[in-house]
Amino acid sequence: MSSDKIDADKLTGGLPSPLRRKLLLGMAALPAIGLLPRGALAQALPTDAVNTTKLAVTDSTVKVGILHSTTGTMAISETGSVQAEKLAIAQINEMGGVLGRKIEVIQEDGASDWPTFAEKARKLLVEDKVAAVFGCWTSASRKAVLPVFEQYNGMLYYPTFYEGLEQSKNVIYTGQEATQQILAGLDWVTKEKGAKTFFLIGSDYIWPRTSNKIARKHIEMHGQKVVGEEYFPLGHTQFNSVINKIKLTKPDVIYASVVGGSNVAFYKQLKAAGIDLNKQTLMTISVTEDEMLGIGGENIAGAYACMKYFQSLKNPNNEKFVAAFKKMWGGESVIGDVTQAGYLGPWLWKLTAEKAKSFDIDKIAAASAGIEFTGAPEGYVRVHENHHLWSKTRVGRARTDGQFDVVFETADLIEPNPFPKGYQ
Amino acid sequence: MFEGYSLAELGSIFAMQGFAGLILFSVFVLMALGLAIIFGQMGVINMAHGEFMILGAYVTYLCSNFISSTAPALFPAYFFIAMALAFLASGALGMLVEWAMIRFLYRRPLDTLLATWGLSLILQQIFRSVFGAREVGVVLPDWLMGSVAVTDTIEVPINGLFVMGLTIAITIVIYAVMFRSRWGQGVRAVMQNRVMAGAVGINTEKVDRYTFGLGCGIAGVAGSAFTMVGSTGPTSGQLYIVDTFLVVVFGGAQSLIGTIASAFTISQAQSTMEFFLSGSTAKVLTLLTVVVILMLRPQGLFVLKVRR
Repeated sequence: MSSDKIDADKLTGGLPSPLRRKLLLGMAALPAIGLLPRGALAQALPTDAVNTTKLAVTDSTVKVGILHSTTGTMAISETGSVQAEKLAIAQINEMGGVLGRKIEVIQEDGASDWPTFAEKARKLLVEDKVAAVFGCWTSASRKAVLPVFEQYNGMLYYPTFYEGLEQSKNVIYTGQEATQQILAGLDWVTKEKGAKTFFLIGSDYIWPRTSNKIARKHIEMHGQKVVGEEYFPLGHTQFNSVINKIKLTKPDVIYASVVGGSNVAFYKQLKAAGIDLNKQTLMTISVTEDEMLGIGGENIAGAYACMKYFQSLKNPNNEKFVAAFKKMWGGESVIGDVTQAGYLGPWLWKLTAEKAKSFDIDKIAAASAGIEFTGAPEGYVRVHENHHLWSKTRVGRARTDGQFDVVFETADLIEPNPFPKGYQ
Repeated sequence: MFEGYSLAELGSIFAMQGFAGLILFSVFVLMALGLAIIFGQMGVINMAHGEFMILGAYVTYLCSNFISSTAPALFPAYFFIAMALAFLASGALGMLVEWAMIRFLYRRPLDTLLATWGLSLILQQIFRSVFGAREVGVVLPDWLMGSVAVTDTIEVPINGLFVMGLTIAITIVIYAVMFRSRWGQGVRAVMQNRVMAGAVGINTEKVDRYTFGLGCGIAGVAGSAFTMVGSTGPTSGQLYIVDTFLVVVFGGAQSLIGTIASAFTISQAQSTMEFFLSGSTAKVLTLLTVVVILMLRPQGLFVLKVRR
C-alpha cells in the first residue's frame, strides 16, 4: 500500500483502503448508515458482504454488461435499447450508484448473430464476472443466451415484448409477454370498432406465429372470425398479392405483426393500393416510433398500434425521460416501446440490489418479485413472481409526424401470464 | 374462398392480381438487369449488387432532403434528378471497385465471390456509420402516391405503374446500348473472345471498367426506384440479392432475354401462388420449382452459344 493512495482517499473522502475496509467489516452491523457522509454507503456495505460470489464488484465500482447488436441487421432496432440503458446507468451513477458503487459498463456486440450472442454472454459472465447484463432483442438471441445465463448463473434484463412461454430465475422480462400486449388491444378494437372479422398477417417466425395463435384463440372465443392468416419470410418486400386477398376478404380489422424491412414495404404498398387506414382499421403489434422513421408517417397515419408505451405519453416521469434522452442522444431521436423497456432494466436492478443489500445473483433473483418502480416513464410498474412486469396496455393511433396519439389505456395493470391456459 | 362474390367482383380481383404479378415482374427485371450485365456478360459474381442498389436509394434520400429544403418548387420532379444522380454515384463507385479490386480477379471467379461479399459487408458498415443504423424514410412527391381507379372496383397503384414504365425504358436503353451501338459490339466481342477482341484493337480493360460501371449504375437506378416500394436501410440490399441471383441464373447467365423471361416466369408463379397459398409456402414452392428446372437444365432457360 503506497501512502499517496491513502492521501488520495482522504482527499476524495471516498475510496476506503484495505485497512479501513477491515475495520469497517467489523462495523458493518452498526446502525450508523444515515449518519455517514456521502460515499459512505459503500463502506457500510463492504464488498465481502454484498458480493459473496466473486462478481466484479469493488469498494467503489460494480461492472455490468450491455449485450446488443450494434452491427448487422438488428442494429436498427437494438440501438435504441443501448441508448436507453446507458442513459439509465448514467442517471443512476449521478445519484451515487448502486449500494454506493458506480456502475461501469462493458459493452459487447452481438452482431445480429445468435451464436455470437451466446459467446459474448459467456465472456461477460465468465471473464468479466459482471453483476448483471442488459441485453438481447430478438427471441432467437434470448434463446441462445438463456442456457449460458442458467449455467453460469447470471442475471439478464430483457427489454423486448415477446411471445411468452418462458420463465427463468436468471431473466427479468421488462417488456410485455404476448397476452398482455394482445388481449386488451383486441377487446378494445371489438368494443370501439365493432369488429367481427380479422385478417392476421405476420413475418414468418416464432413471435408473430405465437402471437397470432393467441389472437386467433381470443377472437374465436368471442364468436368473431379470422378470415385470413398469412406469413411471409423475413425480408419479404412484395405484398401486392396479399393486399388483393385483403381486398377480397374485406376484414373489419387487419392485424399486423410484420417486422423489419418488410414493414416498410407492407405499409407503402398498402397505401399505394388505395387502402386508406382512416377507413380500414389496422391494428399492429410490431410498429413503434422506431419503425415509423423508416415507414414514413404519411404511409401509416391512421393505423392503431398496441403497446405498453408511446413517446407521446403524458405524465411527469415520461416528460423527464424524453427530455433526458434527447439531451443525451440528440433532439432527433425517437423512443419506442422497447427503448423504454430497456430503460427500466438498470433501474429495476438497482432497486432489487438495494432491497437485497447484495449483488449476489441468487439474492437478486429472489428479491426481484414485488420490486416497484414508481419512476418508470410508462407509469408505475411492479415485478411479478414470474419475473415479468405488471404493466398497462395502451392503444396509440399513428400520426403523420411519426408519433402516436394515445387513444386508450387499460384502467389497471395487467398481470403477466407467460403460460396462458387455453391459448396454447 | 370465392363463395359469396359476384362475377364482376372476382373479375376485378383477378385483374388487380394480374397487375400485381406484372409489378413484381418489373421489380425483378429492374433488380436483375444490372447483375445480368455484370454476371452474365463479364462472369463476375457480384455479391455487393444489393449494396450498389442501396447506395442509389440513399442518394435518393439525400436528394429528397436537399431539394425539399432548398428548392421545394422542384420537389414534384426530384425523383428524376435523384435517379440520374443514383446512376452516376453507383456507376462511379462501380468503376472504382473494378479498378481497385475486380480487375485483379477476373481469372478467379470464386475469389471475386469472396471479395465482393467482403465489399458488401464494408459498404453496409459504411452506410451504417454515415446514415445511422435505422432505416430512413424517403418522402415521395404526392403524384407518385395512391392509386388510379381504372374502373369502380379495379385500382392500380401509381408507383407500380411508374416502376413498370421505368423498367421498360431501361430495358430498351440496355438493348440499344448492347446490341445496336458500337460500344455494345465491343462488350460482346470481349465477352466472346477476350484475346481476339484485344488483338483487333479493342481496349478490353476499358470495356470491362465501363461495363461494370454500367451494371452498377443500373443497380443504383433500381435502388432509387425501390424507395417507393421497400425500405432504405444499411442492410436492405440483402433483401434483394437472393431473388436477383435467382432470376439471372434461372434465365441463363449470358442471355438478357433469358433474364426477362425468367423474371416473368418467377414473378407470375410467385404472385399467383401467394394469392392461393400462404406467402411462405409460395416462396418455398417457387424455389423448389426453380431448383428442379435447373437440375434438368443447368444452363438456365436460355443460352447463347459462347466460344470459350
